[in-house]
Amino acid sequence: MPTSSFNKNEQRYFYSLVAAGLLVVLTGLFAAHLMEEHGHIITGMNNQIVWGIPHVFAIFMIVAASGVLNVASIGSVFGKPIYKARAPLSSLLSIALLAGGLTVLMLDLGRPDRVIVAATNYNPTSVFAWNVLLYSGLFGLVSVYLWTMMEQRMNPWSKPVGLAVFAWRIILTTCTGLIFAFLVARQAYGSALLPPMFIVISFAWGLAVFHVVQSAIYAWNGKTHAPDIVKRMKNLLGIFVMAALYFVAAYHLTNLYFAHQSGFERFILIDGGLYPRLFWWGYGLLGNLLPLVLIFHPGLGKTRNVVAASLLVILGGFALLYVFVIGGQAYPLSIFPGYAASSSFGDGQIAQYSPSLPEILLGFGGLGMAFLITTVSVRALNFMPHDKPYIAD
Amino acid sequence: MSDINVQRRQFLKTSAGLAAVAIAPGMLLFEVAHGKPEAVSNKVRWGMLINTANCVDGCNDCVTACNKENGLAGGLNSGGLSPTDSQWIRKIELKDMRGGRTLSLPMMCQHCEHPPCVDVCPTGASFKRADGIVLVDKHRCIGCRYCMMACPYKARSFVHEPLHDQNPDVPRGKGTVESCTMCVHRIDRGQQPACAEACPNKAILFGNLNDPDSEIAIKIRTVASTQVRADLGLNTGIRYQGL
Amino acid sequence: MSRLIALLAMLFCLSAFAGAAESLLVPKLDIGKGGQCVEDTQWMRKNHMHLLIQQRDETVHKGMRDEKHSLKNCIECHASLRDNSVIGRDDSFCQGCHRYEAVKIDCFECHSSKRKSAWAQSK
Repeated sequence: MPTSSFNKNEQRYFYSLVAAGLLVVLTGLFAAHLMEEHGHIITGMNNQIVWGIPHVFAIFMIVAASGVLNVASIGSVFGKPIYKARAPLSSLLSIALLAGGLTVLMLDLGRPDRVIVAATNYNPTSVFAWNVLLYSGLFGLVSVYLWTMMEQRMNPWSKPVGLAVFAWRIILTTCTGLIFAFLVARQAYGSALLPPMFIVISFAWGLAVFHVVQSAIYAWNGKTHAPDIVKRMKNLLGIFVMAALYFVAAYHLTNLYFAHQSGFERFILIDGGLYPRLFWWGYGLLGNLLPLVLIFHPGLGKTRNVVAASLLVILGGFALLYVFVIGGQAYPLSIFPGYAASSSFGDGQIAQYSPSLPEILLGFGGLGMAFLITTVSVRALNFMPHDKPYIAD
Repeated sequence: MSDINVQRRQFLKTSAGLAAVAIAPGMLLFEVAHGKPEAVSNKVRWGMLINTANCVDGCNDCVTACNKENGLAGGLNSGGLSPTDSQWIRKIELKDMRGGRTLSLPMMCQHCEHPPCVDVCPTGASFKRADGIVLVDKHRCIGCRYCMMACPYKARSFVHEPLHDQNPDVPRGKGTVESCTMCVHRIDRGQQPACAEACPNKAILFGNLNDPDSEIAIKIRTVASTQVRADLGLNTGIRYQGL
Repeated sequence: MSRLIALLAMLFCLSAFAGAAESLLVPKLDIGKGGQCVEDTQWMRKNHMHLLIQQRDETVHKGMRDEKHSLKNCIECHASLRDNSVIGRDDSFCQGCHRYEAVKIDCFECHSSKRKSAWAQSK
């Protein structure tokens, strides 16, 4: 029986992947332990930049966790068979990303030991508190959804549960956007455009993550994608990326039109140092232009190009979030409009932030956790997409 | 106000009598004036009127008094304020960008009637007391810092390091958010906030906004005062005169 | 069998020296000023945490400052006369017992463990 050396060593490769994932997770946990022991003084965060790198990682994962479910929704809600075959993998990725993101968010708290207070004391006016319910609800709902898909006797329920998941995650991403949209006094936030922007962005990021994982699974099992499927899914990614870009552009254009916002836009887009560079090069070029070329250029668009495009979309996502979350806080809050202000507390000054190692490790720990959950589950259970012979619909 | 003054006098009498005893080391008789055992009511709304005309550029006495009263380091440990140090009150120097007029004023928690920090707090740790003082219940605060994002006045600080030797009247601790309490521990025993007491020019007038006969209410009726970011409609308890 | 009886007899003898046995098993606490507590001692051993949590919520949220049952009042009486603190040593009033019972005290990360007079003097 001819077996390649990969097949012979497959088990060993798997365990080394798990070990690598575990190492990243443990390093992240250790970093979180240091942060709890010494306080946030060992991070780059301060009283001006109160949310830093951990939040960039956490928001990316939570937004992508919702967006990756799009694949399942297109299958169950809109009844497309090639997406239906991918619904279990999409649900698994959602759970993994959500677990990773929430872990980072939780471990970054000033008092992570008290996280139970968030369940016992509930403030109904807080969008954070709504999210506590929405996130845990998504865990439960997606788990039930997986069950209805993987247990044959439950199959008839998979469509209604799929619908519920669809509605739930749209609400969830709306509320993720609302976290910022409700910040009335901050120039960077407080816009009703943010919830829809987050939803569309989640489609792009989620599908990009899905492409990367799916291709890895196919390669691991020595399978190749049917060209039709690659074409359909890459086109969808391209459309999502463009739609997300549209919303980001609309957000900045409306800001540019308001005279009182022009200072902030100038900072983010032109003279803010790192932030405009990240925005134009990171988000604009790497996160949009290159992926779109890789997807739509007639000579490209092969699986390899699509994976590269997806990785770039993910990278661009991180760049955009860094600019949005940290750049948005770095620009001074306008407490006295019309006055130039100065104080010992950073009034009227651009706030400085340089992320420290522990908080970066914590962020990667979350990614590692998502990776670990995915790797182990994909091997233990049958998440491989099984395509029926393709029929154009 | 008169009620406060009576209590204050009583407090001064008690503490003067006990001061001698308290000096001896290890003495146990030291006692502060007593707070009331009954709940505060919304018949009172504590507030301040800050007269920027009396606030001197470069004077920092209110900040120093606040740091001392509440046990804030105020940059003493690090030889200068770091961006991670708590600042409950700060002096802001302002310059009108059109006319060039300059002024100086203290900025702290504005004790809003509709505080955004209270709206966004997931656990209800941020809350408004019946008498209008906005506080953080540090037993409930999980340190998510959402309130710091939501505050239009940047009034809140996060405790970035473990603390030791806190004022027994002002518990503070690592990993929780804090801000100006309007010296609630002093108000509850009938004293004024430390900043108001420390101001050499009496630029900070403290009192009950709901009592029409109080000095602050009379002043607000008779002179022009503004709320910072009044456009947000938060109805702040701190008002400014001459802004 | 006889050995077992001998063992039991020995245990009975030991229990007769209850005072001595107690000093071995129960932590020896520096009770500070001591004297008559605000409530019955046995009741306080069992219920002080409920009292404190009730007091804490009422004080923080409603401004009800019942000095009698306040943490500050506990410390006022029970802080050691040597270092004016209820924590920090093996026989400190709070720490000694909590270590024995293996219950973490969460109070003193934020609250001062010192008698106010001592704190004021150290400033």
